Amino acid sequence: MFYREVGDYKTTYADDSQTFPIRFDRLRYFFVLFVAIAIVPLWIDDYWSNAVLVPFLVWSVAAIGLNILTGYCGQISLGTGGFMAVGAFACYKLMTQFPELNIVFCILASGIVTSAVGIVFGLPSLRIKGFYLAVATLAAQFFLVWLFNKVPWFYNYSFSGQITAPERTVFGLPVTGPNVEPWAQYLICLAFVFVLAWGARNLTRGALGRKWMAIRDMDIAAEIIGVDPLRAKLSAFAISSFYVGVAGALYFAVYLGAVEATEAFGINQSFLVLFMIIIGGLGSIFGALIGAAFMVLMPIVLKNILTGGLNWEPSLATHVEFMLVGCLIMVFLIAEPHGISQLWNIAKQKLRLWPFPH
Amino acid sequence: MQQLLYAAEVSLNGLTTGVLYSLVALGYVLIFKSSGVFNYSQGVMVLFAALTLVGLQRGQVPFAHLWTAMFGTHTYFFGWTLAPAIAVILTLGIMVLLAILVERLILKHLVNQHPIILFMATIGLAYFIEGFGDLLWGSEVKKLDIGLPVGISETVEAWTAEWFGYGFFIDRLDLFAGLVAAVLVGLLTLLLRYSQLGRTLRAVADDHQAALSVGISLRLVWVFVWSAAGFVALVAGIMWGAKSGVQFSLSLIALKALPVLMLGGFTSIRGAIVGGLIIGVGEKLFDFLAGPIIGGATENWFAYVLALAFLMFRPQGLFGEKIIERV
Repeated sequence: MFYREVGDYKTTYADDSQTFPIRFDRLRYFFVLFVAIAIVPLWIDDYWSNAVLVPFLVWSVAAIGLNILTGYCGQISLGTGGFMAVGAFACYKLMTQFPELNIVFCILASGIVTSAVGIVFGLPSLRIKGFYLAVATLAAQFFLVWLFNKVPWFYNYSFSGQITAPERTVFGLPVTGPNVEPWAQYLICLAFVFVLAWGARNLTRGALGRKWMAIRDMDIAAEIIGVDPLRAKLSAFAISSFYVGVAGALYFAVYLGAVEATEAFGINQSFLVLFMIIIGGLGSIFGALIGAAFMVLMPIVLKNILTGGLNWEPSLATHVEFMLVGCLIMVFLIAEPHGISQLWNIAKQKLRLWPFPH
Repeated sequence: MQQLLYAAEVSLNGLTTGVLYSLVALGYVLIFKSSGVFNYSQGVMVLFAALTLVGLQRGQVPFAHLWTAMFGTHTYFFGWTLAPAIAVILTLGIMVLLAILVERLILKHLVNQHPIILFMATIGLAYFIEGFGDLLWGSEVKKLDIGLPVGISETVEAWTAEWFGYGFFIDRLDLFAGLVAAVLVGLLTLLLRYSQLGRTLRAVADDHQAALSVGISLRLVWVFVWSAAGFVALVAGIMWGAKSGVQFSLSLIALKALPVLMLGGFTSIRGAIVGGLIIGVGEKLFDFLAGPIIGGATENWFAYVLALAFLMFRPQGLFGEKIIERV
């Protein structure tokens, strides 16, 4: 039908390397963008913004970040929560020390701070591999969270140890603090996700991304063909941590508004992001987005069915959720290790030949 | 002098905690050695074993909360209690059943996959067992009592008071746990070294394909090691459960066992023991010495940072096999 290209008539490299070679895909992409930017803010209310869309956007930034490190560069990390904490606390310090600084700069700067921390904790990856590294990243997770709990300077000596985002504006509109409109909150997150996802997509298909993938597939072989493992691994750690840091800053400043280190950035958050990329698809930017959507929506749907529909206790619903998540992880790893995004790709391939597959 | 004695007591207590870490770490080593799977769910298996033991012993109705929610039955107990020995044997049976199911449903399908994939699958398994255990037996904190010695050992206190003029406080349960761990390690080492089964396990650990080609059933071996790990989990669960009650935080101890493993080396039973003791003493002493200066609760991260620093110099751990990489 209309989901196909008419022959292969590419005459330039730009044509050949475009992200969406099929016209229908391109149109669909612009359509989704249009809906997300122009239509959703019109009807978005507090519930949709706070429970569904903003968490989805924030987690997708974190998932893209982890996917760069784990999915593209093959370095598994269980320290995502700790790095998000770095982003959040860096953002808080910047916001309170330099009140006149624009929030967008604060968030980007906290990403850069996180990426510096990420490089430090990425250094062992040159010597430690596989799940040895996974355990080493746990050191980052526990040490960083402990640090933000114990050093009062980080939370400006507040009594509760909590950090609260002051009100900051973009173009005169508040995007953080108590007076924020749901659509402003949504749009600022959307802007970050759009730019960062676009950047990640283009980074990962360029020279840097190919180096990461070479390291992922076999680091010794990659070294032999001329990929510098030091640079490749550390750049993956730096860029991944930048994304995770931005996610942490958004999570704190825009989404929650007030956080406490142990609770908001615990080990469970690290696992949550890991699950997002496993279910969504390792080594795929679209996979990170769809995985984040899945892991944000599933608990909501389950809760609505079990506690809302069947009147179960909330704790029972949580147990069922744990079982379901565990099951899904195993099923995906066994049946489709590349996650939902691979299912999507298969569907697209089939669609291209439909209705005459031979 | 007083300070030194106090430090000595802290280290001794660390030593006994270390024994318990070692017990958990042992389960990981068993599975890793013979199947190359890094079983993240070992910690949750400890929790599950302890929950099941308590549940069976108290005669809890399985899925009681679920039945209540679905059909409005409000029975939570059958009204009997089982003798500890019977409950332990039944729990062991359930752990073996779990091993068989894990092999059938998960491992069989993941043969020859990348170790990282297997690792992530066991994270999934950990989540599943955690949810399942709570659904099965309820998630409230439970007391585990199968008649183990508890309380402060007066003998040790009197004895040390006589020698040093300062009585050491050592928990009887910790002493008992040390004894159990020693016996367990002795048995496992003998089994692995001298029995037919041990040789089979070592063959599988060395090379899956070679083992298959001389007629060893991989699947049987896997069921066996997962059952053995289940047994170790049960022992660890009894000890930890008696010490601090059966609750969710038990599964977090598993996370503590990871640095123990890294320190000792993933493939060495000896390493698990030595690593456990080092971490146990190290974190207690560090908290004792540095805690007042940099703020307490360093136990949360000290083990990981220590293991990380150590790995920089010796990536295979203390007793691990040298890592050789080929293209």
